[in-house]
Formats: sequence, structure tokens, C-alpha cells
Amino acid sequence: MIVPYSHVLVLAAVTFVLGLVCVIARRNLVMTLIGIEVMMNGAAIAFIASGLRWHQLEGQAFVLFIIGVAATEVSVGLALIIGAYRRVGSADADTYSILKG
Amino acid sequence: MTVYSLIFYALAVVIVIATALAITRRNPIHAVVYLVVSFLGSGILFFLLGAPFLAAVEIIIYAGAIMVLFLFVVMMFRIETAEPKGYPWRQWGPALLVGVLFLSVLCLVAFRDPVGRATLETAMVSPRDFGRFVFQKYWLSIEVISLLLFLGLLAAIHLGKVQREKAEEED
Repeated sequence: MIVPYSHVLVLAAVTFVLGLVCVIARRNLVMTLIGIEVMMNGAAIAFIASGLRWHQLEGQAFVLFIIGVAATEVSVGLALIIGAYRRVGSADADTYSILKG
Repeated sequence: MTVYSLIFYALAVVIVIATALAITRRNPIHAVVYLVVSFLGSGILFFLLGAPFLAAVEIIIYAGAIMVLFLFVVMMFRIETAEPKGYPWRQWGPALLVGVLFLSVLCLVAFRDPVGRATLETAMVSPRDFGRFVFQKYWLSIEVISLLLFLGLLAAIHLGKVQREKAEEED
């Protein structure tokens, strides 16, 4: 016996919400990307707990794909941030206002 | 209260505190180091929940590769922003409001649903069985993920190269 399933779900929810708060509140683009990583980690915890709850391997298979997507997303996202930083000279999300009329 | 429960709650506290510290740091390098602690905790949690292969993958790829990538980018480009000191209400208020609402709804769902009351039993899937399962049932998804990683590589190289040529033209 470990713990009730709901406690693991609450841990996953807290992690996910922490990532969400980071994405909404922070202005540094690197911190935004970090928030997305934290959210993906929370989703992975929920998937693994569900896999254990119903004794299905699909939950763990999904986490493998989540990690693959996270790795791709970080590499492309960091390349985009570097490109935007070289063009504008800042990684602050509020400075990207070229389209402002 | 078994020893597994104790390990789980200790890990949960470590993960939540490390993540909360990470998202509130002003310096991205501090945030990344706290996040490594959080992901190591998640890796041990995966091991506890019966996924030893994914625990290794989490530590190698998340805590190892992805965080080192962040660290290199932050160190090479000195990405710093003029974020205001402290935690201004105008910036953090809406985020906290959304977060608290979302968390209360999630907790309500997790605790009210009878499915959530079941106790998890310890179980373990050996990496061999897991690999067999994935490559027998989800081999197409593995191919799609490999294609996605390849495209990510191409995109990262392309984005870096175009910017460098432009910078040379300007010089």
C-alpha cells in the first residue's frame, strides 16, 4: 500500500498549477519555458499514477511521449528565444511590441 | 502508514517546495538549479510508483539534458530582464487568482470522485516488459516521436543559422 490515488492527483495538480502561475506571471521568456516544463512534469506524474491505479501500461507509455515532446519543445523554444533576443536585444515578453499601432 | 507512504509525502513536500522556489527566483540560473532538485524528486517518485525505466529517463533527459540546455543558454546569452523587484500585485494577482481557482476545482474533482479513494498498491514494471509493450503496441507513436525530434533538430539548426547570417551582414 502506498497512498490514496487522490493524494497523488493533488500533487500533480499542485505542480501543474505552479507551472501555470509561472507562465502567467513571469515576464522573462526563459522562465515562461521553465513553467511549461513544470506543467508537463505534473501531467507526467498524473499519468504514471493512473497507470499504477488501473495496472495498465498505457500510462507509462504516454509519459515516454511527454518527455520526447518536452525535449523537442525546449530545443525549438530556446532557439526561438535566442533569435528574438538577438533581434530585439531583450528576453522580456513586454518588449515585443513591434505590431503595436 | 507504511514506509512507502512516508517516502511519498516527503517527496511531495520536496517537489512542491523546490518548484515553488524555482518559479519565484529572479535569477534564471537559481531557478534552473531548484528545478533540477524538483525533477530529481519526480524521478524518485516515478520509481516509487513502479516505473524504473521512466525514472531513469526523467533523470537523464529532464534533470540532465533539458536543464543543462537551459543553463547553457542562460549563461551564454546573459538573458536578464528588468523584472520589478518583489512580487507586484498587478503581475502576480491574476496568476494567483487563476491558480487558486484551478487548484480548488482539481482538488474537488480528485477528492469527490470515488475513483480517487482507491489505495495504490506497489507494483513494478521491468524495463524489458515496458519496452516490449511499447514496441508491440505503440511502435507507430515511437516513429512519430523520432520524426518530431528530427524536425526539432532541423528547426533549431535553421533558427540559429539564419540569425547568424543576418548578424554577419549587419556587421
